[in-house]
Amino acid sequence: MFSNLNIKRANINDIVSFVLLVVLSAAFILPLFWMITTSLKPIDQLLLDPPVWIPTPLEFDNYPNALEEQPFLQYLGNSLQIAAAAVIGAIISNSLVAYGFSRVEWKGRDAVFVLVLSTLMLPYHVVMIPLFVSFSKIGWVNTWLPLIAPAWLGHPFFIFMLRQFMLGIPKELSEATRIDGGSEWVLLTRVILPLCKPALATVALFQFIWSWNDFIGPLIYLNDRSLYPMSLGLALYHNSQGITDFSILMAASTMAVVPIIIIFFFMQRVFIQGISLTGLKG
Amino acid sequence: MSAADPLNAPVKANTGTLMLTPRNRRELRKIGLGLVFISPWIAGFLALNLYPILASFYYSLTRYSPISSPRFIGLFNYEKLLYFDPLFIKALANTLYFVVFAVPLGNMLALALAVLLNQKVKGLSVFRTIFYLPSILPLVATSIVWTWLLHPQYGAVSVIMAELGLPVISWFSDPQWAKPALIMMSMWGAGWMMLIYLAALQDVPQELYDVASLDGASLWRKFRHVTVPMISPIILFNTIVGLIGAFQYFTEAYIITEGGPGDSTLFYSLYLFQNAFAYFKMGYASAMAWLLFLLILILTFIIFRSSAKRVYYHGN
Repeated sequence: MFSNLNIKRANINDIVSFVLLVVLSAAFILPLFWMITTSLKPIDQLLLDPPVWIPTPLEFDNYPNALEEQPFLQYLGNSLQIAAAAVIGAIISNSLVAYGFSRVEWKGRDAVFVLVLSTLMLPYHVVMIPLFVSFSKIGWVNTWLPLIAPAWLGHPFFIFMLRQFMLGIPKELSEATRIDGGSEWVLLTRVILPLCKPALATVALFQFIWSWNDFIGPLIYLNDRSLYPMSLGLALYHNSQGITDFSILMAASTMAVVPIIIIFFFMQRVFIQGISLTGLKG
Repeated sequence: MSAADPLNAPVKANTGTLMLTPRNRRELRKIGLGLVFISPWIAGFLALNLYPILASFYYSLTRYSPISSPRFIGLFNYEKLLYFDPLFIKALANTLYFVVFAVPLGNMLALALAVLLNQKVKGLSVFRTIFYLPSILPLVATSIVWTWLLHPQYGAVSVIMAELGLPVISWFSDPQWAKPALIMMSMWGAGWMMLIYLAALQDVPQELYDVASLDGASLWRKFRHVTVPMISPIILFNTIVGLIGAFQYFTEAYIITEGGPGDSTLFYSLYLFQNAFAYFKMGYASAMAWLLFLLILILTFIIFRSSAKRVYYHGN
């Protein structure tokens, strides 16, 4: 009797949860759905009241038109190059630093690590102006260097994550290599890093997304349109257009969003793992 | 004098040899090795954190535009901000409004989604993707999408609300509704917190729920007395990270409303940015940056202290 009642209650809970999730997902999808359908609307169906949810016929020409009005392919290419350079730097620098904080034992290490974590609290706006002044003094304004170089100097979030991962690798592995006469460099590159591939993939992914999405950095540092990444190009386009061009604007937005969606679908597992790694489990 | 002192001489010799014992030498070598490995971070810390913080404080005490060198004016910038700049007060008030609503609402939505997903529902990975994805999309693109989504006449939300018989709202062009609209949009991007909560929920031991069930605890009581205490460190973490992020809220306001209508979305970071890069008042903007820094530090400290008794750390 009792267990029967429990099962029934469990079923009702499951159904309520499921229905709630469906309703909430619909709300979460709406902006992206609206973006995509608008990007496929012919101009005469854009401003209808009531609106058409799914246009007929689908107007794919909005995409080539968007590419024609602004050099979006160049913007996307610029974003890709900036992100790639930042990703390489992030992998190299954060591997080295995390190794120094996990696989080498030295006095004061943990105190310094607390300092690393504390820099996470520092708002970007506090360092923004002096950084701009410094970068303009060394002639880096209107180049990609201010967007790329910081990634080559490590990030507390990545250092924390890689360190957690490296601490999980048994010490005996290092001892064995050291006894065999292997240097720390060999140890890092041949033994430790190959074992850290999932964590390194997470670093690469997040750095890519940060660089791809970054707006305030390019906004401050870049003047030359030929250097613009996607975020800045899109903002510029948005500010110069009236409401009539929303279907083309949505086509451009879709092109900015799709690379991230594709990456997410191919590397979902790495994403989820990355969050649980940094989700303060240790 | 010390050379003639027979008591001091041996001690000196001793400390000299102490430094060079093999054990100490190994210690030193290890410190050196550690520092070599973390040298990229040291360089970054000095160049991207420490120097800019100090320089920013110095600038905040000066009048400084890019064409002239900084001129020391003491605390004038701070006085002007706090007593003679109504726009600064407006920006601060707007930001506090945003923080007070966006951070708790985003947290609650994220936790609710995580709890729902943790019921072993069908299609978990599909739902998880739908909720998480918006939080990693480029803000410039999503801001443009939301401008169109909340368009008072042709936007999808207005259309749906009209069908439901709800009043038409001008969202981003109404000073009363612009901030709530931005808060709504920020909740749409709360998926990263949901993922962190989900990971935390999966770590709560099932036995605790089983025991609570034996005691006849309702779902709400289980949530209140098992789930919340067990994940309280994560709630604290998300609150603080969310708070620091909300105080720096910039891109959406810059793209969608540009501070308007009627300065209703002139947020702290936007006003700071305008001072620095539109009016070229670098000293004034640096003073704003330092006040923001202090405000965040004090609030974080208060949250840490006031939550100390309520946060439960298991294991360690």
